[in-house]
Amino acid sequence: MLIVLNGDPFEVSDNATVATLLLQLDIKRERVAVELNTDIVPKSDYDKQLLSADDKIEIVHFVGGG
Amino acid sequence: MTEAADKWVVGGREFTSRLMVGTGKYATFEQTAKALEVSGAEIITVAVRRVNLDRNKESLLDYIDTKKYTLLPNTAGCYTADDAIRTCRLAREAGMSDFVKLEVLGDEKTLFPDNEELLKAARILIAEGFTVLPYCSDDVILCKKLEDLGCAAVMPLGAPIGSGLGIRNPYNIKIILENVKIPVIVDAGVGCASDAAIAMELGCAGVLMNTAIAGAEDPIAMAEAMKLAVIAGRLSYRAGRIPRKLYANASSPLDGMIG
Repeated sequence: MLIVLNGDPFEVSDNATVATLLLQLDIKRERVAVELNTDIVPKSDYDKQLLSADDKIEIVHFVGGG
Repeated sequence: MTEAADKWVVGGREFTSRLMVGTGKYATFEQTAKALEVSGAEIITVAVRRVNLDRNKESLLDYIDTKKYTLLPNTAGCYTADDAIRTCRLAREAGMSDFVKLEVLGDEKTLFPDNEELLKAARILIAEGFTVLPYCSDDVILCKKLEDLGCAAVMPLGAPIGSGLGIRNPYNIKIILENVKIPVIVDAGVGCASDAAIAMELGCAGVLMNTAIAGAEDPIAMAEAMKLAVIAGRLSYRAGRIPRKLYANASSPLDGMIG
């Protein structure tokens, strides 16, 4: 199914969770924050939070800034 | 009057260094790490941005010991209270800390704060348990409102962000210092070491800068200059300067002149 990941369409499996998405992207969960349809997903929920078609996911991290 | 005896507290945490530095605009992550180390800063700002899914996964935090520094995520680039609040919530989840540098910008050309949106965002974030350090105008009435809301500090600008124009209105900073009890940190506008010393000599608790170091011809040398300037400025403030006088007052004795 297709979701919208950081503004672009992205293909994930039908039973994908936030955790499997991060694994697919090779992203360490410790250093990111994830938003699902503008709500924060707590890290403790990554394994159980299922994704649905057309979900809008934002994955952010810290970059250099002033 | 040693540095060790002159610690300061913000948001319930104690710090020795009064120089806070940003992590943007450096040529490489190695240079960022070296400048931070040389600056002696304990609080460093970071921005919150989308993970880049195309490029390699190397990140700033691969180069920075997060146990050594207190990360202060900013809301740079946010023009509404709602965007700033959303960014702070993400920052807290990513960093597991309540500290945020709250900035709500009003205009791309000046990057001056939108103080109305800033107050709105600060009120909500404080209710959600954030430790809010707001970048704001050098306006004492605004700073008092931010203090009343429960901000941990106020961070008035010395001059526009990245301008390097120095402390354009030291009297406004002085008035803020006399009228708020929370730490006053000059944020933005510093261009060179003497600017940082001036901020400290006014009595500010600290100075926050990024471009002045990262944009210098030799960022590592400037990081050291800023470290020394902040220490010197603070000592100068605590030492108590002489009053300004219009006419001369000889330093050498008048008695015992030859002739």
